[in-house]
Amino acid sequence: MNALDLARWQFAITTVYHFIFVPITIGSGFLVAALQTAWYRTNNDKWLRATKFFGKLFLINFAIGVVTGIVQEFQFGMNWSSYSRFVGDIFGAPLAMEGLLAFFLESTFLGMWIFGWDRLPKKMHLASIWLASTGTLLSAYFILAANAFMQHPVGYVYNQTTGRAELKNIFTVLFQQTAVSAFVHTITFAFLTAGALFAGVSGWMIMKGRDVEIARPIMKAGLITIIVSFLLVGVSGDWTARIMTKQQPMKMAAAEALYDTKANAPFSLFTVGTLDGSKSVFQIGLPSILSFMSTGDVNGTVEGVNDLQAKYEKQYGPGNYKPTIALAYWSFRLMIGFGFIVALFAAFALWRTRKGAMPTSKWFARALIVLPFLPILGNSFGWIFTESARQPWVVFGLFKTADGVSPGVSAGNVLFTMITFTLLYGVLAVIEFGLMVRTIKVGMEKTPAKDADAKTLTMAY
Amino acid sequence: MSFNTLWFVLIAVLWIGYFILEGFDFGVGILLKTVAKTQAERRTVLTTLGPVWDGNEVWLLVAGGATFAAFPEWYATLFSGFYLPLFLILVSLIVRGVSFEYRSKYGKPEWRGRWDNAIVIASALPAVLWGVAFANIVRGVPLEKSASGAIEYSGGFFNLLNPYAILGGLTTFSLFVAHGAFFLALKTEGEIRVRANAIGQKMGLATAIFAVAFLGWTITSLTSDVKVVTGSLIVVVCWLSALAANYKGREGWAFLFSAITTAFVVITLFSGLYPNVMPNRIAGGVGLDIFNASSTQYTLKVMTVVAVVMTPIVLIYQGWTYWVFRKRISPSQIANADSGVLDQIH
Ligand code: HDD
Ligand code: HEM
Ligand code: HEM
Repeated sequence: MNALDLARWQFAITTVYHFIFVPITIGSGFLVAALQTAWYRTNNDKWLRATKFFGKLFLINFAIGVVTGIVQEFQFGMNWSSYSRFVGDIFGAPLAMEGLLAFFLESTFLGMWIFGWDRLPKKMHLASIWLASTGTLLSAYFILAANAFMQHPVGYVYNQTTGRAELKNIFTVLFQQTAVSAFVHTITFAFLTAGALFAGVSGWMIMKGRDVEIARPIMKAGLITIIVSFLLVGVSGDWTARIMTKQQPMKMAAAEALYDTKANAPFSLFTVGTLDGSKSVFQIGLPSILSFMSTGDVNGTVEGVNDLQAKYEKQYGPGNYKPTIALAYWSFRLMIGFGFIVALFAAFALWRTRKGAMPTSKWFARALIVLPFLPILGNSFGWIFTESARQPWVVFGLFKTADGVSPGVSAGNVLFTMITFTLLYGVLAVIEFGLMVRTIKVGMEKTPAKDADAKTLTMAY
Repeated sequence: MSFNTLWFVLIAVLWIGYFILEGFDFGVGILLKTVAKTQAERRTVLTTLGPVWDGNEVWLLVAGGATFAAFPEWYATLFSGFYLPLFLILVSLIVRGVSFEYRSKYGKPEWRGRWDNAIVIASALPAVLWGVAFANIVRGVPLEKSASGAIEYSGGFFNLLNPYAILGGLTTFSLFVAHGAFFLALKTEGEIRVRANAIGQKMGLATAIFAVAFLGWTITSLTSDVKVVTGSLIVVVCWLSALAANYKGREGWAFLFSAITTAFVVITLFSGLYPNVMPNRIAGGVGLDIFNASSTQYTLKVMTVVAVVMTPIVLIYQGWTYWVFRKRISPSQIANADSGVLDQIH
């Protein structure tokens, strides 16, 4: 493997890892704030206990989200210096704005929230968790706007003399449809992820008979969050797919393993292709659905991989413009599939737990434990699809991934850092997982500290 | 003032913020096992950082992001060139961050001991490496034009470990340790406060020696620009004031002066650098400066608006955090210091 392949692996590993924790943080930050709001409104101690308990899970997760994000901030310069030079004029702006508007807000107010139980007036303390949650949402917006530029570059001109892309209009970059749709799709999915965590954890507590009167409403809220989010994920996914088909037709063709241009194209459920990826050998599909998904019309024409390849060769010169089709095809299906299973289970669980019932079967208990992991897989496959099916471009139609790598960094160096990060991340994953499980087993504190008059600190490291 | 100069100044401001704030974080981390012996004391020390460390670290993220936005060539050359030191810094910051959050979850001495060691090492490494990195930038590094015309670092790892840079690293290390000690003396009560005061004095003297040697070397062999000489003098005066204040037990003043000293170290180095951002050590070679490394005027303008609006707001709410958590912490306030929340299943 050369430095390019290694840098790509490193980017994929570190980003997918960062994104295991990010949706949980975004979604559960909001839900914890909602729990605390319930306590603030009702003054009922059970919501305080729930806030503290889920707050702990949220913080364990947040810590890893933060530290892995730091790597992301510098990785562009370290491994992708040519890319950074090419797009810096445009790409750096949302990144810097993310820091100034989002990271400061989130980190400062989260610090206030964690340590402020006995230092801040109740209302201000509640405001601090909401501000931190706002910070996470803003952060997602800016980074997704930066990513949207890579999917669909806008608001720039190409400067012939310097050979660089230059920013022409920041508002076009920040508010293009591609960014807005990606944001809605990602955020709704983050809520689904957190809903699954809350439902899984509280469901487990009910089955163990612990703090049932608190866990019950939370499980219900978690399940409803899943279902509502899934509907929005679907709607925004549909919107995203349409935008994507217009902007990156090759991605949709790859996602469907559709080799030749077709009207009334079917949505494929299963496919086997040739090794060189030029045609499919066997396919099962739902008639006309793909045409509808990508154009909004059952009779719409969808371009195929081979035709697009020919077209791009004319437009951009000779080369391979096909992404890895099997990866695109299966990651797209797994993304949708995992979300779908979670939503299906949520609907079933909601029905089975109506009027205070609770199934006692073993498989139901197991399903509750597995539940929080499924959306994480869905998320990862979604990103693997989005990023890998854009290849060979890093900025679509403008700049190839192969041209972006740092010329001065040796393969040995990238390999060394990649192995170290991977090992470190592996160890952290084990520790974090152990702490989450243990926190859940320990359960809610019996009597939350009465904060204001305590002689000792409510929270200490 | 051109936008290019303005952004040079703003980047310096971000680094000043970062070194003042995370500087004492590093110092406190390094001193964790030295000033705090019992579990209650260790947790007192960590709790002084609790509400603020992540916000402090964001100054680095913003310095990185702002460099990307305003001087992409600098961002690209610097971080791909100083590859391994930056990597070590990143690994340290990862380990440090999770250590704070996880260490006291269990009471087991082995569990806590490992995290304590991690905190000390992961605080010490960046404290040295940032000094090494900045000293190299000021000294100039070998740069070459690549095939595509980009100015790339061509020196390798060991080139960065020259005596001048190592002296820079020792300077930041001792400065941050003393700065951290002053912070602890200001924020704690009892034994920790006494020990921190004493360590602050010793490390303070070491810092004085390193700093004078480092700045003297800078002036005699790199630049004797009047701004650098003036800056160096201010550094020395402020530092002596910090030491005097610490000696008299005026903890607030000691911390304030060490913060100002840190600021002037950065100001001095940046004014020695200006208008370069990464000078070329190879005679006659082209280096990076605020013009050939910068973004377009439009991007700089956009970023100026964002920075001018946001920086004061951030300063206000971050400052307010320090106000909210201004009270001293004492080990007696740590309930059940030897046990962790995860020790027992209710
Ligand atoms: C498990 C979570 C999940 C679920 C159930 C779905 N998505 Fe999704 N999807 C994501 C999680 C995700 C994601 C991880 O959040 C992505 C990656 C990049 C992005 O913006 O969101 C994504 C990207 C993404 C893209 C690529 C955008 C691009 O490359 O420009 C498309 C076309 C869709 N989704 C479409 C859908 C459709 C039609 C769904 C049907 C219900 C759907 N997604 C469900
Ligand atoms: C957090 C969600 C993200 C995930 C999981 C993700 C995942 C990936 C993966 C798997 C690759 C490798 C693709 C390949 O080599 O075939 C990749 C490439 C890349 N992504 Fe993303 N990405 C994410 C978000 C972003 C964002 C937000 C940006 C920019 C702001 C970005 C920038 C890049 C770049 C520069 C590459 C170049 C390396 C390459 O194409 O191989 N990614 N990403
Ligand atoms: C490859 C591009 C990315 C970069 C450079 C990046 C950078 C960072 C950094 C530096 C942090 C730590 C902030 C702190 O210290 O408080 C962070 C955390 C965070 N990032 Fe990322 N990130 C990337 C991908 C993403 C994506 C795609 C999203 C959202 C869709 C996202 C959302 C967040 C959120 C919400 C946090 C705070 C909560 C948490 O850490 O879990 N990031 N990121």
